[in-house]
Amino acid sequence: MEVLVFLIPVSLGLGGLGLLAFLWALRNRQYEDPKGDAERILSTEWDDRPRPGKPGSDGPQ
Amino acid sequence: MADIGADFDTRFSACPACDAAPLAERIAGRAGADRGDVILSLPTAHCAACITDVERALIAHPGVRAARVNLSLRRVAIEAPGLSADDLIPLLDRIGYPAHELDPAALTATTADRQGRDILMRIGVSGFAMMNIMILSVAVWSGADAATRDMFHWISGAIALPTVAFAGQPFFASAWRALRARRLGMDVPISLALILTSAISVFETVHSGPHAYFDGVVMLCFFLLVGRYLDYRTRAVARSAAEELTALEVPRAIALVDGVETPVAVVDLAPADLILIRPGARVPADGVIETGSSDIDRSLLTGESVPVAVGPGEMLSAGEVNLTGPLTLRVTAAGRDSALARLTALVAAAESARGRYTSVADRASRAYAPVVHLLALASLAGWLLTTGDARLALNVAAAVLIITCPCALGLAVPAVVTAASGRLFRRGLLIKDGTALERLADCDTVVFDKTGTLTMGTPQVVTLDGLDARARAVALTLARASGHPLSRALAAALDGTAPADVSDLREVPGFGVEGTWQGRPVRLGRGDWTGAAADDVAAAPGGATWLGLDGAALRVDFTDRLRPGAAACVAGLKARGLRVMLLSGDGPAAVADIARRLGIAEWRAQATPQDKAAAVADLAGQGARVLMVGDGLNDTAALAGAHASISPASALDAARVASDMVLMGVDLAPVAEAVGVARSAARRIRENFALSILYNIVAVPFAVAGLATPLMAALAMSLSSVSVTLNALRVR
Repeated sequence: MEVLVFLIPVSLGLGGLGLLAFLWALRNRQYEDPKGDAERILSTEWDDRPRPGKPGSDGPQ
Repeated sequence: MADIGADFDTRFSACPACDAAPLAERIAGRAGADRGDVILSLPTAHCAACITDVERALIAHPGVRAARVNLSLRRVAIEAPGLSADDLIPLLDRIGYPAHELDPAALTATTADRQGRDILMRIGVSGFAMMNIMILSVAVWSGADAATRDMFHWISGAIALPTVAFAGQPFFASAWRALRARRLGMDVPISLALILTSAISVFETVHSGPHAYFDGVVMLCFFLLVGRYLDYRTRAVARSAAEELTALEVPRAIALVDGVETPVAVVDLAPADLILIRPGARVPADGVIETGSSDIDRSLLTGESVPVAVGPGEMLSAGEVNLTGPLTLRVTAAGRDSALARLTALVAAAESARGRYTSVADRASRAYAPVVHLLALASLAGWLLTTGDARLALNVAAAVLIITCPCALGLAVPAVVTAASGRLFRRGLLIKDGTALERLADCDTVVFDKTGTLTMGTPQVVTLDGLDARARAVALTLARASGHPLSRALAAALDGTAPADVSDLREVPGFGVEGTWQGRPVRLGRGDWTGAAADDVAAAPGGATWLGLDGAALRVDFTDRLRPGAAACVAGLKARGLRVMLLSGDGPAAVADIARRLGIAEWRAQATPQDKAAAVADLAGQGARVLMVGDGLNDTAALAGAHASISPASALDAARVASDMVLMGVDLAPVAEAVGVARSAARRIRENFALSILYNIVAVPFAVAGLATPLMAALAMSLSSVSVTLNALRVR
């Protein structure tokens, strides 16, 4: 049972990591256009090279 | 409902456009204009290729810095300083995407919308807590006891209490508001359950008790927040749709001040001002024509599909469109006194007549809250009296509260409405009001407007048989020289013919076009002007133009073009058992023709706005639930007074504001489909209520008898929520 001393914090930590990832995605406005993002991956535009412009700003929000 | 009513009051105050314009301009000047953002709605975009096409076409245009499509909202945001929507819409039209301009101020409000993200964050936190507590609870349910169980309870409590304090805030706040207003909403039993169960569980944990409901409490938070989020999403879409549709068409007029053309805002116009109305512009105020003659399109006000010729001394009303020649107008009434404003006042009256519709969810929660409280209180009193054990009695009461808690009830309506409105949105129908689907499902009678609704409001040539090859060539050249709708339709019909060489082309506003062909004068236009016989003029009820050539006048008949899908829509509605009627302000011949082509048996022509509103009220008085479909200002009062209403996106903004649903595309077929979807949604909502009540009926006796365990609460809650959501997805 001593193993619980490690396992419980590890499981909580991993869950917390997932929560942080979710909050990060939320703050990055990744839930504004879920349908568009799903379709965009099928587009061949910018497959050969990255889209020019500042990183993180691809158009008006 | 109260705030929606207030919203309508301000919108309908007198002249909706005048009220909205200065505000929209101010907001746009602050937020959008400096960045040069243009936002367009794209009702037909649906795939990856659409995104690429639209973005590529826009970015290729000089002056466009960036363009990004949002497929979920079907919008494109364009950063293009110095360009307006009018420059960009034709660009998209050319590649096959109809676009409408949206108010950038409305979009700023949506992106800055913290409320949705706030609920999502609380869902994330409670979801995280729920999963971790569930893992610990599995150990407890499978038989952990003594020190191990206590430790798991302590850890669960350490996760659950902060989570409830954070994630439960929307419920606590709303319950507090309800209590202060001396009401019992759905949120009062929810908050009571959250607080009482948390307290009992802490007490049990401290005293090494066997049952702690930490898992149940957090799960309750999670499922209720999901329901709340779906509800919020539907409302946000509805709200932004309403905002979207008050297009940022800042009404401006050109005033003639001492003979100099000066642009002024329509709100600043006063009687006796002299204004210039260019061809293609909308008349901004009521007035008398001083100079000039032209053709006037009255279809939005009266439903007449054929333009009317006007000259000096005649009255014009705000909202009419000037087609061919420039006019100067002496303003007689502007803003709140104009004919347009008087019509909108009718709407306000009709709107209050519709009364307050109580949704199924409201009725359910009104019946539900007292029952839950009484049940919990009764079991508390019962156990206290029979055993005298306060701890046991409180445990039972907490179990009753958490098991009866309306997890499934909270999801029953939002899940169905989200599924149904998502389905209709994909077909191009925007739902502006949360209860619109329920009301649409009730409808048994459909009243259509003709011009602009069943028809496109654009004329179409019936036949070209009357013209020989020579006449066609001359007619094409003459028709191309004019902006009159009949000329444009004729030019479109003659597309492919080689135009004749006509010189001295001149448009005579109010009459037609004339020119010289092979040394002879030729004319295209009104019958009396081109030399047609009087009986020939009288024989053309649906609108006609004449070609005056070699002393003879050749008649070309026009008919109003049917909107695509109109026939399918009428047939679909009839197949669903609805009574279909046609009410139009147009003349009897044109209305009868459309009614015959669509197979509508009941129709009425030359109906004034008051007639339409009265007809809808009459039908309601006979017990019919009326769905009104219309686009003109003359339909607005009827739209507001009907049980449910739909208007196409091409409608005047007052009509769109007054209706519950807006058709974004051109095709009318989704209207019939919407009735089907609404009926199916109403059925699913009832099934969902039945399902969650069934779960309660099974679980409540156990809870009252004191046999409920945290495992049972967790099972009942998740099973009912999942089955209700799955049932909602069956909406077809």
